[in-house]
Amino acid sequence: MINSNEIIETIRMIEEEKLDIRTITMGISLRDCCDSDGEKARRKIYDKITRYAENLVKVGEEIEMEYGIPIINKRISVTPISMIAESSDEEDYVKFAVALDKAAKTTGVNFIGGFSALVHKGYTIGDGKLIASIPEALNITERVCSSVNVATSKVGINMDAVRQMGEVIKKTAELTADRDGLGCAKLVVFANAPEDNPFMAGAFHGVGEPECVINVGVSGPGAVKAALERVKGADFDTVAETIKRTAFKITRMGQLVAREASKRLNVPFGIVDLSLAPTPAVGDSVAYILEEMGLESCGAHGTTAALALLNDAVKKGGVMASYHVGGLSGAFIPVSEDAGMIEAVERGALNIDKLEAMTCVCSVGLDMIAIPGDTPAETISAIIADECAIGVMNNKTTAVRIIPVPGKKVGEVVEFGGLLGRAPIMQVSRFSSCDFIKRGGRIPAPIHSFKN
Amino acid sequence: MRAVITVIGKDKIGIIAGISTILAECNVNILDISQTILQDYFTMIMLVDLTYMNVSLSELNEKLDKKEESLGVSIKVQHEDIFKAMHQI
Repeated sequence: MINSNEIIETIRMIEEEKLDIRTITMGISLRDCCDSDGEKARRKIYDKITRYAENLVKVGEEIEMEYGIPIINKRISVTPISMIAESSDEEDYVKFAVALDKAAKTTGVNFIGGFSALVHKGYTIGDGKLIASIPEALNITERVCSSVNVATSKVGINMDAVRQMGEVIKKTAELTADRDGLGCAKLVVFANAPEDNPFMAGAFHGVGEPECVINVGVSGPGAVKAALERVKGADFDTVAETIKRTAFKITRMGQLVAREASKRLNVPFGIVDLSLAPTPAVGDSVAYILEEMGLESCGAHGTTAALALLNDAVKKGGVMASYHVGGLSGAFIPVSEDAGMIEAVERGALNIDKLEAMTCVCSVGLDMIAIPGDTPAETISAIIADECAIGVMNNKTTAVRIIPVPGKKVGEVVEFGGLLGRAPIMQVSRFSSCDFIKRGGRIPAPIHSFKN
Repeated sequence: MRAVITVIGKDKIGIIAGISTILAECNVNILDISQTILQDYFTMIMLVDLTYMNVSLSELNEKLDKKEESLGVSIKVQHEDIFKAMHQI
């Protein structure tokens, strides 16, 4: 029989330390849904998604019950819609977002990702139309998530796209002003976007992916923090080892759920994304892990080193536990979704500059950060450019999900509720980046990306 | 499938009787049973075989939920693979 202590450990991790499967995400290719008639294309899209994902939520709930492990979200990612919609004569792609939203509601998933475009080297006609329709799409739909990849290590940074995304973010915030700019929480600007990411808002089903696939995202910052509490004062070798062991256990559970979901849905297993994804719930914070390592507050000097160790140890522990890992894999540092991050900002310990430094070693980027509503679009573009530079130069994914909250100033707080949490408005530089962003063109790829 | 039933809470008379009666009614076979005080809690762990169970898993859960209330303990049924996956390589 299985060791009693191990059984109790698993139950404690789930019950007290908030260990959960964050998401089972079904990736669905829509490449066979193109049609010159937009209406027909949308019908094909809706029919295909609702057919493939018909049992997704049901199977997720069954696994949750049988294994006694909470599966928080069931989600869908699809082929970037710019590629599907551009065969049609449609000018306005908002209708495609509406079709996705409807499919999400029918299947019962809480988010559908893939209202996306990949424009790191330039725009196709469809990419241009899609990006132009993002603000209105995020305004009138509820569950659709959008992402735009504007840079890769291989081709450099598309600064025209960076400039436009600053404007798109501003416009999205303005259109959703009655909801404190909530639309921007569903919009991610990427460098080196992964094609198999199960986490929202940045999930889409990449062009190299199969017809349909199951990707699973695990979580468990609380379990890592609790494990570190048991090695108080120990050296960093012990800290790293403890995180690795915990990450291994968490990921093994993710692998089990992924395999089981793939078997029951008769859909191939893709990857496990071994990320530490915080939620606003107490005890589910990445910032608390950093503080557990000995920092008075997240944001103090030493935070970047602590996060680097955490991110690396999570990957090392997780890699061996899963057949295939992918997605973002590492530690997320979304401000509004992490109780410890929110506290750190409110006590003045954490600012946007320190967060930028942290994104050099975390798995994502500037995530769920609220800034003053009157921030110029060019400043937002410049923030995106900085993040892209970090991602492109370091061969890693970086992203920006930032919300210029209409009418709010530094010091105020915005409540998004649910998993999106609450965010204190953070100060951005008051100096202009306008002429820099105006230049446009492309920042060339770094020399070390030419490896062929 | 084989599942692990864990019962955690304050010790009292009739816990094993109460739970094993439900299991017998549902045609669930108990393969192994252990009882200890672990980390300040009364802990009973049962390995059971659900292959010939005559109700659905959610019905079994409902019956155990009711028992959970009357006994004042926490009862959980989980597929054994979750523990194996996590702790055995």
